[in-house]
Amino acid sequence: MSLLRVYAVFVRQMFLIKSNPARLAGIFVWLIIGIVQWGFISRYLASLGQDTFSYITVILGAIILWEFMSRIQLGILMAFLEDVWSQNFINYFASPLTIREYVCGLILTSIATGFSGFLIMVAIAGLAFGYNFLIIGLLLLPFMSILLVFGIAMGIFVSAIIFRLGPSAEWLAWPIPVVLSIFAGVFYPISTLPFSLRIVSKGIPPSYVFESMRTITATGSFPVNLASDLCIGALLALIYLWLSCLFFMSIYRSNLKKGSIARFNAEAL
Amino acid sequence: MTKEPILRVTDLTKEYGPIKAVDGISFSVNPGEIVGLLGPNGAGKTTTINMILGILESTDGLIEISGKDLKQCRSEISKNINFAAVYAHMPANLTVRQNLYVFGLLYEVENLKDRIQFLLHEFDLEYLVNTKAGLLSSGEMSRLNLAKAIINQPHLLLLDEPTASLDPSISRLIREKIQAYVKTTQAGILWTSHNMNEIEAVCDEVLFLSRGTILLRGNPRTLPAEHGKKDLEELFITVAREPLFLEIS
Repeated sequence: MSLLRVYAVFVRQMFLIKSNPARLAGIFVWLIIGIVQWGFISRYLASLGQDTFSYITVILGAIILWEFMSRIQLGILMAFLEDVWSQNFINYFASPLTIREYVCGLILTSIATGFSGFLIMVAIAGLAFGYNFLIIGLLLLPFMSILLVFGIAMGIFVSAIIFRLGPSAEWLAWPIPVVLSIFAGVFYPISTLPFSLRIVSKGIPPSYVFESMRTITATGSFPVNLASDLCIGALLALIYLWLSCLFFMSIYRSNLKKGSIARFNAEAL
Repeated sequence: MTKEPILRVTDLTKEYGPIKAVDGISFSVNPGEIVGLLGPNGAGKTTTINMILGILESTDGLIEISGKDLKQCRSEISKNINFAAVYAHMPANLTVRQNLYVFGLLYEVENLKDRIQFLLHEFDLEYLVNTKAGLLSSGEMSRLNLAKAIINQPHLLLLDEPTASLDPSISRLIREKIQAYVKTTQAGILWTSHNMNEIEAVCDEVLFLSRGTILLRGNPRTLPAEHGKKDLEELFITVAREPLFLEIS
């Protein structure tokens, strides 16, 4: 593994972001709109009463963490799509770049854009709505780690599907965060879901994060069973990451046999 | 003492289901040698180049570059080869300098800034250094493609129609740059083109490919006469239209 080649994939994406303000806006504008919108919704809900429940803390905290994970997933996908749109695979894979280095470059790009977005969201939530994200404390580390790993896994998985089916399958990528949010219990406890959907939630790592976060913000304590839940969430996220990497590699190998790396476009597949 | 070939291809085959795109071809490219790969559209030229580049898996056969099996150590071998193809442009949304920088990193080029500066000067790209590749003319893009193709000073250079759609003046400039590169570095070159005058001018040997097999090979300046044709173009047309006749005769 060459770190220089991983950096090459990363720096290409940074050049793209730097060169066009539209790309920068694409990363941050929707995040800012989301935080402002949910901030006002939380403030309105708080004004209805229920002093014992902090809507701002629960809803804005959930939104920031969820958007962080979504941005990680989209960061990988967008970086991958830039190479699809510019038909750059032939240049990349005819060079010494390995598929592992390429995926690592995509991950590095998504971490850079994901964390930048996260810091902006935290700043806006703090300045505009007085929300202190650090209220979650050190548990922020396992929460964000699980979401980071799962976001990467989803980004690689969706990119692999497009790698297999071609750019015309791009639309498949966009609804995934919304569908996952239903099962992840971002805005409501998992117990709200019907029994059959709760089973699905058990297999979604973010559901453990959001359940834990709600418990902590509601009770101010961290029960022991939450630690085991977080361990399950982390393990699941790592398994998904491993499986998505295997999936991406197998699609790459299949494309090598079919010859679609040299002529990767919608018409060729 | 015989020189070890830079590229040795042995019984290379590529099948897509029942179709044999490349059917057991064998050839080699020696240091300082320019080998032309000729043939009508669909003959298997680009398929062969893609297999040598490692972006298409062969069904059978062996590709050795500087004595090493491509399948065993692709990444290591790829450091010493490069390519330029009419269908593989640099990313349009990066500037000339950014493109050279990114590909210099990918090929782990030492003293990259100096190397980029040299290439910008060599290919007359200095005034375009901050221009996005998508805004370049065909000639400028070809120069950029070629600058990228030799950024790592490859031992083996694969050129798939590098002068297609260029005016005669730029075509000649590109040819001269490639010939000068071969002379100074003793690199081996595999060159495809449909311009027979160009092939005759630059290649030491040509391989005529038709339906995935090599029908003829030899010196481009003597081969037409050996087959009763007045020039390479006439020979090409005969091979393209009557490959079976030539195969028998």
